[in-house]
This record gives sequence, structure tokens and C-alpha cells, in this order.
Amino acid sequence: MAVKVSMKVNGKAVSAEVEERTLLVTFIREHLRLTGTHVGCDTAQCGACSVHMNGKVVKACSMVAMQAEGADILTIEGVAAADGTLHPMQAAFKEHHGLQCGFCTPGMVMNAIDFAKGNPNPSEQEIREALDGNLCRCTGYHNIVKSIAAGAKAMAASK
Amino acid sequence: MNAPLIGARLARKEDYRFLTGAGQYTDDVVLQNQSYAAFVRSPHAHATIKSIKADRALKAPGVLAVFTGDDLAAAKVGGLPCGWLITDVNGQPMKEPPHPCLAQGKVRYVGDHVAVVIAETQEQARDAAILVDVDYDVLPAVVDPVNVKKGPALHDVAPDNVCYVWGIGDKAAVDKAFASAAHITKLDLVNNRLVPNAIEPRAANGSYSRSEDSYTLYVSNQNPHVERLLMTAFVLGLPEHKVRVVAPDVGGGFGSKIYLYAEDVVVTWASKRVNRPVKWTADRSEAYLSDAHGRDHVTVAEMAMDKDGKFLAMRVKTTANVGAYLSTFASCVPTILYATLLAGQYTTPLIHCEVTAVFTNTAPVDAYRGAGRPEATYVVERLVEQAARDMKLDPAEIRRRNFIKSFPYQTPVALMYDIGDYNATLDGAQKLGDVAGYAARKKSSEAKGKLRGIGYAAYIEACGIAPSAVAGSLGARAGLFEAGEIRVHPTGSVTVFTGSHSHGQGHETTFAQVVADRLGMPIENVDIVHGDTSKILFGMGTYGSRSLAVGGTAIVKALDKIIAKGKKIAAHLMEAAESDVEYDRGVYKVAGTDKQKLFGEVAFAAYVPHNYPHDKLEPGLNENAFYDPSNFTFPAGTYVCEVEVDQDTGVVKVDRFTAVDDFGKIVNPMIVEGQVHGGLTQGIGQALVEGCHYDATGQLVTGSFMDYAIPRADAVPSYAGDTRATPCTHNPLGVKGCGEAGAIGAPAALMNAITDALGVRDVPMPATPQTVWKILQQKKKAA
Repeated sequence: MAVKVSMKVNGKAVSAEVEERTLLVTFIREHLRLTGTHVGCDTAQCGACSVHMNGKVVKACSMVAMQAEGADILTIEGVAAADGTLHPMQAAFKEHHGLQCGFCTPGMVMNAIDFAKGNPNPSEQEIREALDGNLCRCTGYHNIVKSIAAGAKAMAASK
Repeated sequence: MNAPLIGARLARKEDYRFLTGAGQYTDDVVLQNQSYAAFVRSPHAHATIKSIKADRALKAPGVLAVFTGDDLAAAKVGGLPCGWLITDVNGQPMKEPPHPCLAQGKVRYVGDHVAVVIAETQEQARDAAILVDVDYDVLPAVVDPVNVKKGPALHDVAPDNVCYVWGIGDKAAVDKAFASAAHITKLDLVNNRLVPNAIEPRAANGSYSRSEDSYTLYVSNQNPHVERLLMTAFVLGLPEHKVRVVAPDVGGGFGSKIYLYAEDVVVTWASKRVNRPVKWTADRSEAYLSDAHGRDHVTVAEMAMDKDGKFLAMRVKTTANVGAYLSTFASCVPTILYATLLAGQYTTPLIHCEVTAVFTNTAPVDAYRGAGRPEATYVVERLVEQAARDMKLDPAEIRRRNFIKSFPYQTPVALMYDIGDYNATLDGAQKLGDVAGYAARKKSSEAKGKLRGIGYAAYIEACGIAPSAVAGSLGARAGLFEAGEIRVHPTGSVTVFTGSHSHGQGHETTFAQVVADRLGMPIENVDIVHGDTSKILFGMGTYGSRSLAVGGTAIVKALDKIIAKGKKIAAHLMEAAESDVEYDRGVYKVAGTDKQKLFGEVAFAAYVPHNYPHDKLEPGLNENAFYDPSNFTFPAGTYVCEVEVDQDTGVVKVDRFTAVDDFGKIVNPMIVEGQVHGGLTQGIGQALVEGCHYDATGQLVTGSFMDYAIPRADAVPSYAGDTRATPCTHNPLGVKGCGEAGAIGAPAALMNAITDALGVRDVPMPATPQTVWKILQQKKKAA
């Protein structure tokens, strides 16, 4: 069965015909061809699919596109400035080597940005606990934690 | 001149695209006229196939085709090859059963490929796959690797389900030493089966072009040229030059993406049949079923010592599970990559190891980060630590008494270590880990009602694989050299084509550091290209911590040729004798004068050769090199781990983890640290939370992230790390490789700490809260 969905993605109004069962992440990747949001699992645990919906981080694999009807969606492609300058959290990941293969990275960054909004100076333990919805197999988390600590500070400073 | 780039903690060039969602992973590629594949997989661990009926599937919406093993057989498609021939203890070749891409007559593990459905959309293919009717006659499953002879034979060629019995060392001499030893320490050890779980699931997109009569395969893979060679020569019978394999951005591999998999072959073959590109992407549950698994050894290990704890001999017997079929490198992992490391960092003069590799109705097992060396280190370092406890010696002291101190050192298990300083890394780890303060921390833990333990692992490994002749003599069916090409452009920038592949290791940055440093140019002027057989001359790919040592050296040798040619050009431009021209990082000088030419001027002259030694030299500045290493490299180090155990819940907290490694010279310390962090976390994962389990009927019980945990950020600490360097003696960079060390040494360090905390001889991996709690309860009862 086909349904029509409409929403804003990275500031742009989009709409399409999808199946009722079409996941939001599939809509983003296949229909909108925004492939920066990744699929890493099928049990909603890896977090590689994380996007922002109406300002809060959600897992795009865990909802169907219809559930985002009328919502304001931000994907990793919409995070850097229009001229390509990295967001302070992205810049922090780069400076502190918070990524290796890059596959979990968009989800990490999306989660980190939402987390940092309410936590401008998080402790190591707070960051590690905040990452319980994001899996990484490459970095061992050590530098992701450092990146998020630095990124949170930078975000607070740039307000 | 620019600041030296070797040793610089440069941020990575590749990060921008990954941070902005502009990476291109295999599933991101959608080709014109794309069609999609879904595989029908066996729900049974062991069964004969009575019939496959595709009628309902073929009628489903969007379905283009359904293919089975019969279709592949009719098209004379071969089976998946094994790349390493192991010779058994009787001088006979290992058993090599057929490994069909789609099952022929029989299925041998849950997830085994039975048929493929190709449709217009991913959803249509998956919906239709359910409609393929397969009639099975279920057979009893063989699951326990130590009891394979009791069950039915998986393969006609191996009636007792044994692939080979292999041995190394002088058994008679070892037995003699044991007979007269003052002390023997013995342990039964299980190296638990793991699922690699790169966060990007495997994917493959095969296409055929009628106009060019050629194929292209996009695949999440670590070694595109090897993939192409295996697929064209051994399976599809295609001309190699007519197939292009592209491994674009790959989201982690850890060994699991080395192999030629059935899916890769089937989508390539099918794309010609349906005349459409065919794309397949695993979901995570499918990856659990069908990716090559790792480890899965059952071992009895013994160390014989004199009264002072000097190691006299070691005796090891291992049963290694290879799974239902031989995967590409499966045979060499529990033999050549395992038993040859049993000397560890020690002068143990006599070692014997016997390995029985067996077939079971489980997914194929092959190399996974460390590939044989974690298994070896687990055996050696658990034995050594237990020996210290048995003999009431300090665990660091017993190691010092046995360290190899003079190099090169010929071990009794084939390998010759070129250089090392094991006291330096042990000293470093004890200092950085503040072992002196352990007693106080233990009191502190106990005051909180917790148990505390400390454990060491002094690992060594052999990587930078490998000298081809040596590998060949040990059964390798391929060479293990590496290739690199340096293309200098007329305006002086450089493109480097490398046969290595980066799936997280940062080669685009570290290789550029090596080249830019030598050519005296900003790193922005050097681009590293990898992963495409149509662009790159050749390569054996990335695994076995070989990229910088072997791939990097190929690049250095190509650089040598570039600089040598440049010298001839510079000599001509400066009207000097070639022997008077010196080169240093971007500048050619005439010795004893102030005459100089910059590399950029020389490059330009090569492409605009108006003033040029045409009688001696061709124009252009483009050189390549193939490098075959003369030995393995031998990174080594000491890890120290402290754990705190909650007696009520069995939860183990990794409270401190210190790693001091000798990787030889280091090009980018930040990237090396990242590799260590990642390896340690996978090793801790093996020790604490990961365990792949099949039940008695061969069902994969741990088939998703719900049932198979991988460490999350709160399962591991921040790591304390440092390095010591004894530069590798046989490559110009002096590098040893660092990608696997963490996964190799961490499990032993963890389990030594946990057994120390609990005061027991063995705790099985993974040491989950339930496992630890049960052991604590048993101890209480026994007391």
C-alpha cells in the first residue's frame, strides 16, 4: 500500500509516495538519496541511523517514514554550515581522531550534538553512558569520548 | 622546508567526507537499472535438499529471476577456493571439500546459501525469498568441535569430519623435557568463537556491460585485486582483465571482509544473466549467519619448568573449528599464524603443538583481528601467569627470567624474531600502569566490598605478512608482496596508487605523510588512491597488520626510483655529474656549491622536456615498485589490566588498562593509538561480553546484537598507552604494524586479572556477570 509523506529534511520540503512499512531511514537513504545516515543493525542498537527529529535525536531505523509526517528532520548532511565549514562537534571529532572507518560516525555526531546541547561540560562517565545507543567497532570509544568532551565545550563557547 | 611529517599527529585527510555524510560505502551505490537480490538461506544446520520450487516466488511482484545451485552448476560456476594448503602430520594434503556458491544437494549450516531471488526492489526480493519452497530432509547436526567424529559426515571427502591434523616441533624432545621437569603447569583453555561485527554489514553490487563485455563489482572488501583474482580464475572462469572490482569506503573489516563470499560471486554472475546490475546488502542478522566467524579453539596447554621457573618446554594440543566449509584463509589461521607464536617473548627451547581442524555445522571460521595470534597469546600468557602463581613467583619476574634478550632470535617454532626489547615494554607498562600502587588500590576496592585483580599479558605477534617464498613453502597459494605506484604530475603534485586498502586505518593520511615528507611537499599535494582494480596496478590488500610495513615499503621503493630519476634530471639541469648531486626532502643540490633545483622544477622538466637528457632518459616521472618482505615483523609489548569485581552481581569493571607496545618507528602516533584502542576494545569484548553460540541442533542462538553483545562505551575505560621502539631491521621505514596488537594481548591480560581477583585457575571467556557470579557461588560452597 502506498502512502504520501511530507516533511522537511535539512531545511527543504520533501514529499514522496512510500509504502506504509517504509522505514524513515530507508526514505532518507533511498528516496532522498541522503546516504550519510547508515544502517548497521536490525535491532535498533547500533545508532548509525541517528538523525534529529524536531531537534531531538532519534533512530531512523526504529520508525516508519509516516511517523515523521510534518516533522523537521536534520541528517548529517545538514550539520555543517552551508559553505562547508564543520560544526564544532564535527571539528572536534576530526581533531581528536574520533573516527576510523566512519560508518558509525554520523550517528555518533548526531547523538553527540543533541547530548551536548544539555551538557556543556560532561564528565567522561556521563559521555560513556550517553553513548549506550551507539556502537563503534573501530575506535574503542576512547577518542570518541575525548571528541565529545571537546565538542561540547566548543559548542557552549560558540553560543 | 616543511616540518617533518614522520611522527606527526596529523589529523586525517579522509575525515571530512565521513563527518559530513559524504562517504561512499557499497550500499550507497545505486547503479542505473539497479535490481536487488535476496538470498534464501537454510534454516537447518544439516540437511539434504530434496527439491527447490521457485514458482510462487517467480510470480511475486517485481521478481526478475530465481537461481539455485543447479543453475550455477549448469553454468559451470566453480566453488569458493581456499587459499592455503595445509599438509598434515602424515604428509598428506588437508581435506578440501567443495564449497559451492549456492548449495548443491546439501546444506551444512544455518544460513547456508540455497537460492537467490532478484527483483526490482529490495523489499520485493525479500518478500519473494520467503516464497521459495525448499524441501529439506533434516540430518543430525555436528556442533561440538571436540566430538565431531560422533556425528554424520558433513562432506564425503572427510568421513570423520577432520580437515587435517597438523603438527610443529619435536614431540619426543618435548615429552622428554616434561618427564624430568621440576614443575608442570597445565591449563584447559577455550578461545571463544566470535563474530567480527564490522558496523557496516557486507554488501555487493555486480553489474555487466554488454557494450564492453566486462563486469564491475562494488563490494565491501579489504583486498579488491585478490577478490578479482579468486573470482575470475577459480570460480567464474572469466578473463581477469574483464572484471573490475571496487572496494569503495568500507565500514570496518577486521578480517571478515577479506574473503571471497558466495554473495559476491552470485551477484556478479547473475548481473549478466538478468542484464541488470544486481545489488545485495546484508542486514545484521544475515551478517551474523553468513560472515566468517573467528577463533573457536579448544586447547590443552602445558609448560614444563625448572625449579627457578625457567621454561624448559611447552606442549599444546588444540582442536580448531573451521566451520562447515573452508573459507579463503581458514586453514592457515590455527596453524601457521598460531603455533609459530607459541614461543611468545620467551626462550622456551622446546615446543610441540598439534592442531586438529574439524568441520562442524556452523558458519565458516576464518581470520578475525589477530588471526591465530590472539589464540597463541591466550595460551602462552595464561600459562605463564598461572605458572607464576603455581610457583609463587611474581608474574613480572617469571617473565623477566625467560625473556629473549639477544637478537636475531630463532624460535623453535619456525619464526626468527629480528629485534625487540621485552624488558623495556614490561618496565614501561609497570611504570605507566603504576603497578607499585596496586596494593593500595586493592585495599581500597576491598574496603568497598569488591574483589580486585591484576593481570599481565606480554604478547608478541608476527605480522607484516609475508615473505612469499616462505609463505609458499608453508602452503600459501598466493604471494604476499605489495605494490605501489607514484605518479608525479607536471605541476608537482603526486598521486599514489597503493594495493593496500583502508577501511578505517587512515592510510590516506599516513601514506601521504611518508610520501610528502620524502618529497618535501605539503601533505595536501599528495593523494592516496586505493580500492579500485582499474586504477591500481595490483595489491594483496590489507590484513595481518601489513599495510605500512609492506605497502608502505613498496611506496618507499617507488619513491627511491622517482628520486633517482629526478637526480638524473637535476644533474642535467644543473650541468653537474649525477654523482655530485645530493637529494634531501624536496631539494636536489650539487655538493659543495649553492646550486639547487627543487623537486617541483624537476617534475616540470620531466613533462616539458625541452632541456632534457633525452639520450639517457625517457620523459615523465611515474614509477612503481613491488615489494616482497624478507621476514615477518614482530611487534611486542606488555599489557597490564586491573579489574574490580562486584561479588553480588558478578559484574567485572575494567578499572585500568595500560598498554606499552613496540611497533618500531611510528609515522602517525594518533592513528597508532586509535588502532590500539580499537584492538583492546575488541579483545576486552572477547574476554567480557562476546560469545557466539550454536545450540545442539546447530541453531545460531546469538544471532543479533540483542543476544551477542559487543562492548559499548561504558564497558571499557580510557586507556593508558605508550610505545617503545626497536625499529624493524628489514624495512626502510623501520615499522612493524600495529592494527591487531590490542586484540591479540587484551584477552589474556583481562582473564589473568579476573582469575587473580577470584582466586581461581580458570574463568571461561566471556566472563559475563552470570559466569563470574556462579564461580563465586561455587567458591563459597566449597569453602
